[in-house]
Amino acid sequence: MTIVTTPNAAVRFLERVGRVSVRGVAEIGEGAGLLAQSVYWMIMGPAQRQPVRPQAVFAQMMEIGIRAVPIVGVMAATVGIMLAIQGIYTLRVFGAESRVTIGIALSVTREFAPLITAILVAGRSGSALAARLGTMEINQEIDALKVMGINPVRFLVVPAVLGCLVMVPSLTVFSDIVGLWAAGVYVGAELGMSMAAYVDETIQVLTEHDILHGIGKSAIFGVLIAVIGVINGLSVTGGAEGVGRYTTRAVVQSIAAIVITDMLFVFAVTR
Amino acid sequence: MSRSPLPPPRDTVIKVKNLVSHYGPRMILKGLDLEVYQGEIMVIMGGSGSGKSTLLRHMLALETMTSGTISILGVKIDRASPRELAALRKKLGVAFQGGALFSSMNVVQNIMLPLVEHYDLDPKTMAIMARLKLEVVGLAGFEALMPAELSGGMIKRAAFARALVMDPKILFCDEPSAGLDPAVASAIDDLILQLRDALDMTIVVVTHELESAFKIADRIAVLDQGRILFVGTVNELRSHPSERIQNLLNRRPEDDTIDPDDYLRRLTGDHGTGARV
Repeated sequence: MTIVTTPNAAVRFLERVGRVSVRGVAEIGEGAGLLAQSVYWMIMGPAQRQPVRPQAVFAQMMEIGIRAVPIVGVMAATVGIMLAIQGIYTLRVFGAESRVTIGIALSVTREFAPLITAILVAGRSGSALAARLGTMEINQEIDALKVMGINPVRFLVVPAVLGCLVMVPSLTVFSDIVGLWAAGVYVGAELGMSMAAYVDETIQVLTEHDILHGIGKSAIFGVLIAVIGVINGLSVTGGAEGVGRYTTRAVVQSIAAIVITDMLFVFAVTR
Repeated sequence: MSRSPLPPPRDTVIKVKNLVSHYGPRMILKGLDLEVYQGEIMVIMGGSGSGKSTLLRHMLALETMTSGTISILGVKIDRASPRELAALRKKLGVAFQGGALFSSMNVVQNIMLPLVEHYDLDPKTMAIMARLKLEVVGLAGFEALMPAELSGGMIKRAAFARALVMDPKILFCDEPSAGLDPAVASAIDDLILQLRDALDMTIVVVTHELESAFKIADRIAVLDQGRILFVGTVNELRSHPSERIQNLLNRRPEDDTIDPDDYLRRLTGDHGTGARV
């Protein structure tokens, strides 16, 4: 069968590309607007007698941060051990296995801990946020908030943004500690290095800048996860099927945004 | 429940003037005028796609109109500042079709929410106020239940209680008796009448349930294809000579004469004038 590309098909393709591009730009604009509104309500809420409720923020922090501790711990330990295995294997070529701590310390704190933590939070909490807001949208709960004079951004979005902004960096610090510890256990078993010597070497290698590099970008990842989850949740149309579609979209977009932002951040800060 | 006709004139609390609304390229409301008077139950009726839900959403300032004006309690909602709109919304109550109760809160928390968000009251006082409204709607004793544990009729009642908790001047109800069994639907209708009689509340009801509309309406507005076809009392509606209105009242489908050639052209997507193979 021969497929003939007619001018119509080409035009349709270009139209589609155009539409997707316009939609993408519009969503970035929406995200920026949402973030600006969130900042406005954080600052101006009390003056307008509509403060952000601390209980709602703590509930989000509990959900995003505390409940994610076990899975983040397991993943951080796994990545730490994996880095130790690969590091020792690579350095053995040069007979420099004992220098593996440098690679582990810098890789975990600057790259792997923030990245793995953010991806886990995107899959866990970004999807939950999109699904919750999407369900609220189709059940007219968002409309109900508006007609009660309750701003949905202040009531629903700000707690999620604050929750992610605080808990993703906190989880990253936890991930740093667990990842480095697990790698230390493996290095000790494989090379006969004591944990005290491993910790001492790691502390000597790491600078304040390395740790802040990881924590700083994890804060950006946290905001991205919240904003992308909210935009997708509030865009839901088409009932339960729509909730599923936009939840998946939120996770895919969040992970893509995290990885691209990471690259841009590293490019801007490290060079 | 028989009632005497309302003595005109009464204050106009809602005034819709020349309202035009689009959904994408499609015109939904085509220059619509409507007035609702203080203390009356205005029922907005119409078939599916007639624009009645869109009209309600415009009255609640949930949609942006293309042109026209809507004035509610003297506030022009298309020109109101966010602060004016927020102040107005405290005077409005809305019972949504599906209830729109927050699934993460129990019944009493749902009802207390507007109080919690707008007033610095003692939680015990707010709980008492919420329980009073639950008494009014006949849902006392169900405070601790979650929305998922309520029946359809109970959800509607809880939604009414939340809509009433701020003692609104105007209550909007979207399909209040839709999807309920006749006994529960009748009880909801009685509740709406009680609210009008006891509190002199203005109530706007959007429904397609004829029986319910005839039971509760002081006046009925019939919408058809984005325009107001009729506004008047139940008796005036029943005796109206318009065929379209009688078709609606007697649940007869519109007699759309179909041209077979045109139908075939629409099916095949052939909009040209040339000969078909």
